[in-house]
Amino acid sequence: MSKTMEPDLQAPLGRASGQAAKEWRHPSDHWLRGFVLDNRAALGSLAVFVVMMAIFMIANPTVFTTWYLYSSVLTTLPVALFVVVPLVFVVTCDEIDLSFPATMGFASWVFALVVQAGYDPFLGIAAALLTGTLLGFLVGSLVVYGGLSSLIATLGMNFLLRGLIQIINEGKSTALTSLANSRAYAIFSSQIWGVPVQIFWAIAFVVFSALLYNRHRFGAQVKVVGDNPDSARQMGIDVKRVRVKVFVFVGIGAAIAGTFSVMINFTWWPTAGDGYLLPVLASVFVGGTPTWGGIGTVVGGAIGAVTVSFIQTGVVAAGLSGFYVQFFNGLIIILSLLGHKWNQARYR
Amino acid sequence: MGERIIELRDITKSYGQVYALGGVNLSVDRGEVVGLIGDNGAGKSTLIKILSGVVKPTSGEILVRGKPVTGWSAARSRDAGIETVFQDRALAVQQTIVRNIFMGRELTGFLGWLKVGKEIEEASRLMREIGFTSKVFTPQSIVGQLSGGERQGVAIARAIYKQAELIILDEPTTALSLTETAKVFHFVRQVRASGRSILFIGHNIHHVFDIADRFVVLDRGKVALTADRSEVKAADDLINFMEDIAHPDGLPGLHGADGAEQRA
Repeated sequence: MSKTMEPDLQAPLGRASGQAAKEWRHPSDHWLRGFVLDNRAALGSLAVFVVMMAIFMIANPTVFTTWYLYSSVLTTLPVALFVVVPLVFVVTCDEIDLSFPATMGFASWVFALVVQAGYDPFLGIAAALLTGTLLGFLVGSLVVYGGLSSLIATLGMNFLLRGLIQIINEGKSTALTSLANSRAYAIFSSQIWGVPVQIFWAIAFVVFSALLYNRHRFGAQVKVVGDNPDSARQMGIDVKRVRVKVFVFVGIGAAIAGTFSVMINFTWWPTAGDGYLLPVLASVFVGGTPTWGGIGTVVGGAIGAVTVSFIQTGVVAAGLSGFYVQFFNGLIIILSLLGHKWNQARYR
Repeated sequence: MGERIIELRDITKSYGQVYALGGVNLSVDRGEVVGLIGDNGAGKSTLIKILSGVVKPTSGEILVRGKPVTGWSAARSRDAGIETVFQDRALAVQQTIVRNIFMGRELTGFLGWLKVGKEIEEASRLMREIGFTSKVFTPQSIVGQLSGGERQGVAIARAIYKQAELIILDEPTTALSLTETAKVFHFVRQVRASGRSILFIGHNIHHVFDIADRFVVLDRGKVALTADRSEVKAADDLINFMEDIAHPDGLPGLHGADGAEQRA
């Protein structure tokens, strides 16, 4: 965040209006303090992650210092990142989208069909992206122009689309062994120096989205619409269009996520994406985006996704049985929410 | 009088069976301060919303600089050089001052990327221009941290960016302190001096009387009176007139300056 660092801003003067009761100074008086306050939600999420990892490491130092553990998280984490980030936009816009798991399944199904038919995987990726865009537009239009509650309508769309996939495929999966030799695989999901390549694409996506959120008209309008839709309308912003756009963004993110999950596994399942619903939603809120709309953090959401991914791996690796995973998931979510509540003030 | 900035012809607005406006004619010329007054429920807010494009009229014609407009909307109204400072200020309180000033009018470069530096620079300039001298906050401060008067300042700063030809001030002095009210008045005179126009809506008839060149009294969705400043000797004349239209049978004892306090 850039700040105007004019010297006169640093003078700790009282209020010109004489209202001394409400004393505060803008944090830009010191760049570090300004940075911390501007990114308090993301830094809070980072703190949660660091503390959690420290506890894991103390519990089982041998496992948590081996690369294998991190490599396995880095293989699956990118898939979640591609949907967590667009969901931060949706939640900032004061909406919710629960249909992304089905969109992941649908778009990756289209990808699988194209690859199975013998076409180049790049064509499959393009087709999947198109499918995701269209489904996002469909869901968004239904919610926005139908005037429906996004919570219920997207839940309905999730069942509807998943049902459609299941009816047509009758539960059968598609193996895509030819992917292993393709150029698309080498570029998108192989390994460089033992690091899964997809994490670099996911990081690029997070960085691009963070810029979109903070430095682009789209992000600015998403925040204003989520903050005060009436004001946005009065200032000439096409509120409905902005809302549809965030759902389209989720559709695109879900399509990328779905395609990556197929390229990692060489197999498409009719249930592809299903398991992501709750962990992804949890990541958004663990990351520090509040539920009330208007503000949020893309980088925080990404850190939230990392945290949630490590809970699962970490609990098992720390020597506890898999039964503890849900318990710790819940614990981290609750503690994060309490932390963010304390950390962030809601202005009205 | 100068050029006619905007003209409303026979505007009606109905919500179901209820008529909020029943055929209103209103115009604002260049360099003129028009004071719009009327009781609660007279249709002031509806009229403002139609002018600012937030609400579409049921029937009637809108002319901007003599030309009839089609597809009137909030965006079109702003493009036509009409800026509105709404009664509720229309601010997004969790956003920064910069984001509020450029709401719906973001300064963008290549492919819609924000010119963040330019926006901050312009916002500081605007804040200085409207007398935002407090050194406590920067353009990056969150609007939710500001006082009522300071928030009004942000709303006004947004309206004067882009040199709007007509600024609509909807109850701008409500809930403001005396010094803040004086600031708003100073601002209105400044705008008039620069040859631009203002439509000033107020409950406080004394405030409107002090500042307007022309008065329009709205009553139950219709224009009850249009009078130039020269035709009205004192604010009490306006108050008496409003008393008369509110109680046509005549209720003795309600006349006089006290009447204004009763409806305030």
